[in-house]
Amino acid sequence: MPDVQSMVAEFVNKLRKRKIEGSQATAKCTVELLRSVISHQRVPHANQAAALIDAVKAVGQQLVAANPVELAVGNVVRRVLHIIREEDLSLTTAAMAGLDLLDASDDDDIDNCKGIGYPAMSAAVVAAAARSTLRPPSLQTLLEGTPESATVPYTSSSGADSESKTADKSSLTRKLKHDVIEGVNQLIQEISGCHEQIAEQAIEHIHQNEVILTLGSSRTVLEFLCAAKEKKRSFRVFVAEGAPRYQGHLLAKELVARGLQTTVITDSAVFAMISRVNMVIIGAHAVMANGGVIGPVGVNMAALAAKKHAVPFVVLAGSHKLCPLYPHNPEVLLNELRSPSELLDFGEFSDCLDFGAGSGSLQVVNPTFDYVPPNLVSLFITDTGGHNPSYMYRLIADYYSADDLVM
Amino acid sequence: MGAQKKGGGGARVSEDAEEQSRQRLQAILLADSFATKFRPVTLERPKVLLPIVNVPMIDYTLAWLEYAGIEEVFVFCCAHSTQIIEYLEKSEWYSHPNLVVRTIESHKSISAGDALRYMYEQQTETSQIQGDFVLVSGDTVSNMPLADLIQEHRDRKKKDEKAIMTMVIKQSKSSSLTHQSRLGTDQLFIAVDPLTKQLLHYEEDKIDHPSGSVCLDKSLLESNPSVLVCNDMQDCYIDICSPEVLSLFEDNFDYQHLRRHFVKGVLVDDIMGYKIFTHEIHSSYAARIDNFRSYDTVSKDIIQRWTYPYVPDINFSGNRPLRLGRQGIYRACDAVLSRSADVGASSVIGYGTKIGDGDKILNSVIGNGCCIGSNVVIEGSYIWNNVTIEDGCEIRNAIVCDGVKIRAGAVLQPGVVLSFNVVVGRDFVVPAYSKVSLLQQPTTEDSDDELEYADSSSATADQLSGLNLQMESKASELGPDGAGYIWEVCEGAHDEEWKHSVAPIPEDKLAEITQAIDDDDTDDESVVPTSGELKSDADSINTDMNDPNDDYDYFEKEVEGTVLRAVEENIKVDLVTLEINGLRLSYNMESADCAGATFYSMMKLAVDTPHNSASELYKNAASIITKWKELLGFYVKKIDEQIEVIMKFEEMCQESPKELGPLFTQILHLLYDKDVLQEDAILRWAEEKAGADEADKVYLKQCDTFIQWLKEASEEEDEDDEDEEEDD
Repeated sequence: MPDVQSMVAEFVNKLRKRKIEGSQATAKCTVELLRSVISHQRVPHANQAAALIDAVKAVGQQLVAANPVELAVGNVVRRVLHIIREEDLSLTTAAMAGLDLLDASDDDDIDNCKGIGYPAMSAAVVAAAARSTLRPPSLQTLLEGTPESATVPYTSSSGADSESKTADKSSLTRKLKHDVIEGVNQLIQEISGCHEQIAEQAIEHIHQNEVILTLGSSRTVLEFLCAAKEKKRSFRVFVAEGAPRYQGHLLAKELVARGLQTTVITDSAVFAMISRVNMVIIGAHAVMANGGVIGPVGVNMAALAAKKHAVPFVVLAGSHKLCPLYPHNPEVLLNELRSPSELLDFGEFSDCLDFGAGSGSLQVVNPTFDYVPPNLVSLFITDTGGHNPSYMYRLIADYYSADDLVM
Repeated sequence: MGAQKKGGGGARVSEDAEEQSRQRLQAILLADSFATKFRPVTLERPKVLLPIVNVPMIDYTLAWLEYAGIEEVFVFCCAHSTQIIEYLEKSEWYSHPNLVVRTIESHKSISAGDALRYMYEQQTETSQIQGDFVLVSGDTVSNMPLADLIQEHRDRKKKDEKAIMTMVIKQSKSSSLTHQSRLGTDQLFIAVDPLTKQLLHYEEDKIDHPSGSVCLDKSLLESNPSVLVCNDMQDCYIDICSPEVLSLFEDNFDYQHLRRHFVKGVLVDDIMGYKIFTHEIHSSYAARIDNFRSYDTVSKDIIQRWTYPYVPDINFSGNRPLRLGRQGIYRACDAVLSRSADVGASSVIGYGTKIGDGDKILNSVIGNGCCIGSNVVIEGSYIWNNVTIEDGCEIRNAIVCDGVKIRAGAVLQPGVVLSFNVVVGRDFVVPAYSKVSLLQQPTTEDSDDELEYADSSSATADQLSGLNLQMESKASELGPDGAGYIWEVCEGAHDEEWKHSVAPIPEDKLAEITQAIDDDDTDDESVVPTSGELKSDADSINTDMNDPNDDYDYFEKEVEGTVLRAVEENIKVDLVTLEINGLRLSYNMESADCAGATFYSMMKLAVDTPHNSASELYKNAASIITKWKELLGFYVKKIDEQIEVIMKFEEMCQESPKELGPLFTQILHLLYDKDVLQEDAILRWAEEKAGADEADKVYLKQCDTFIQWLKEASEEEDEDDEDEEEDD
């Protein structure tokens, strides 16, 4: 136990000091931490799910408080809570079904059909499979004639525990924790595999001789573009540099290394270039429940330019970036103001910063994120396929249970 | 841990020394400023625990050290050490996973030098410092990365044994008017080798050279072909030191101040040949809170987020994070703001604080648990915790410590510092720059070096309990219902008060300085020829180099010397005239000046010759004048020159009224008799003087009869002439 606590403390410390950056890295660390919390949590006989939920919630609250701006932390915590609830439900219904079968009573529980329909799989696996089938068969796959079933991931481990289906209390205890950890493992796989999942769809969106604009740097975007390149599509990429951190420069470097035709432009040149662009592809920091996007600063400007010229504005987001909250005043409350030294050199301007002088003084504001309202977004590409902004709430209902929205 | 290290064999330790130093990054944090700049506040609480934007300073320093990868910190406590240790025990620092915090207590140390010597002694006992370490003081706010810098220092040390210290500097332009940095410290002049970054010269303006000139040793330029001299650098007081630094302090027991003594000492000493290097940081922030002005500046920098991630909306050291809203307003979630209250940009409002109707708050920091009445104006001020401010108060550019009560209608003028639990009476106006404390000002205040610690806890408690008894009788300094003593500003520091205060430099002071600079400029201009015409080189050099007054003084001295020698060696009048003429040309003087100077030296000679009475002096003078009247006569050909002589004489009489004064008329008469002076000259002098002040007329009155006689004589003469004409 103490080592879990110290792990939590260390991660909280890192989050606080902003030592971990990037939503994927944060999400991965969070889910791994939660897995060890769950595996170390001693479970009482009665009401085990509640104990687990309480433990996860307690840690989750600490983590969220440590860096409230990094929404991925909260998302992952809620996902884990959802997994626990789902597993609990499926176990009880399974038990109920077993009793039902024995007693041959016709108790029409809604979940009965689910429990009977997939007797061999734990609920999380079922849900994951269900989500994968959500993705509509693309034109590409239809033409190539690949069997659809290949895309549904079945893990061998989930099949292995299919035998342990007894109504015995003690084995139930072990089973819940086991299933939850199984589900969390699934989640870890999902988070680390989201790039590939998203990149797989690249070929359907990027066409020959197109011009793509992106802003800042995102690993998802990089993989997405490279995947299209690997499929022998030839296209050009404009990279807006993403001042003041200039991560676009890094992206451009990587793209060129992978053999893509790349052009770097300043952020302010986006509007001038947009008429030549066929599609804007952006990596998000978070996607809110209303379909609004929080992305690197400058994204809103690019979205408005795209709207003006009727260029599709596509947002790539792993499912861990889906946030079940509706944004309120996101420009301020979900933003992080970083040090002004990224914008200008303290020494050069030190004489203007003197408040003592009374006369005008220089203030520097350096927001990290931008908020793009849902009406500017044409398409979301998540690991489960492409979605409309208005469909986000439905996805969120799939991933999170309503009890956890307020932690 | 120390015991373990000792357990290992000596040889093994030395072998592994390098490896160990690689493993552990250590820092010494001086939790005492060894100065009195924050008095009276620091009488009751150590400086490092004073809140800056609602978080104690030491938390900023420790959070930064932890972030920068330091693994072990020795906190050196001196003044109020119990308070510091108590605070650290309560905070999360003692149980921090990545940072080991150890406290070292010493009450004997009265300076940074003493502290390091104490560390050195301790070190030999328990071997705490194993390698290079970071030396900072507990009032440093920074976010600079250290690991690379330490590595750089180590690499350099490996190449050059003598490179014992790396000093962190940061560009920060100082005000051209006040010659003071943003942080309220004096302007810093440093000379650095641009290639190696070695520090060659370090000089704080004012302290070293009030004259405003910088002296660089010529040998510097010989050994270093190029030298970069800059005055827009700010010393961050963050040093990476090798263990040699400690032993240097041990060897030189008179080193007290880190910069004034140690750095200067190392730079001057070429026997040991130790070197100090500099490291300039660009994108990160570092500053030390040294006085009330830097308290203000650094607070503003924190609010402006230059110190990110050590900003109020991030929980970096167990502080409760505030919520950042638009316009840079940080607000605690449970702060109660009246709807009509106007909270302006760049303000901070702490937990549990209530702000009443119609309040105006601008550019200020308000701590936790404060209660602010209605219609209060708070501008550019720092209100700490649990302060009560009643209705209608006005607070501008002040620091208000914990537990202060400000009764209705009171006004704090700019630069006021109210120490803990002071009560300001109803409608009382606290004058600008005053420092108020419940404790009385210590009467025997020696100097800067005086230590801030008393045996704090006990002494303060005693004083406080004693104070309560006196309160009723002596508390009227802050109004009838107030409590506290207004500290007197020690002499000399009074002019400087505005420089180091929280308040911005007042407009009139700035105007004054600008005026002074402008005056200097116009002076310069008056010397430079205004028209386009060129003066000859010699001329312009003369005028540039010397003040006319100085010239005359030199000339007079030369003439005096010449005359003295002439008298002693009995040189011929012609030769003396020649010499004086030469002087006249070389100093560009008029012959009237020569006359004055010659006469002055003659009279001086007369006075200097030993004499017992006035008559004897007269005789001396008479003999000299008789002997040298030709010399004098050479220059007094015109009336103007003669008047000059009389004026000079009058001046001399005024200078020594006892000796020459009574003889004025007699000598004047003598000069007249000897034909040195003509009656016209004397009469014109009298006319000129007639209009002068009473004080100037002393000698005119004295020779009244003589002049009267002269006048009559001339009239007679005129009459005679007329008679003669008539006769003709």
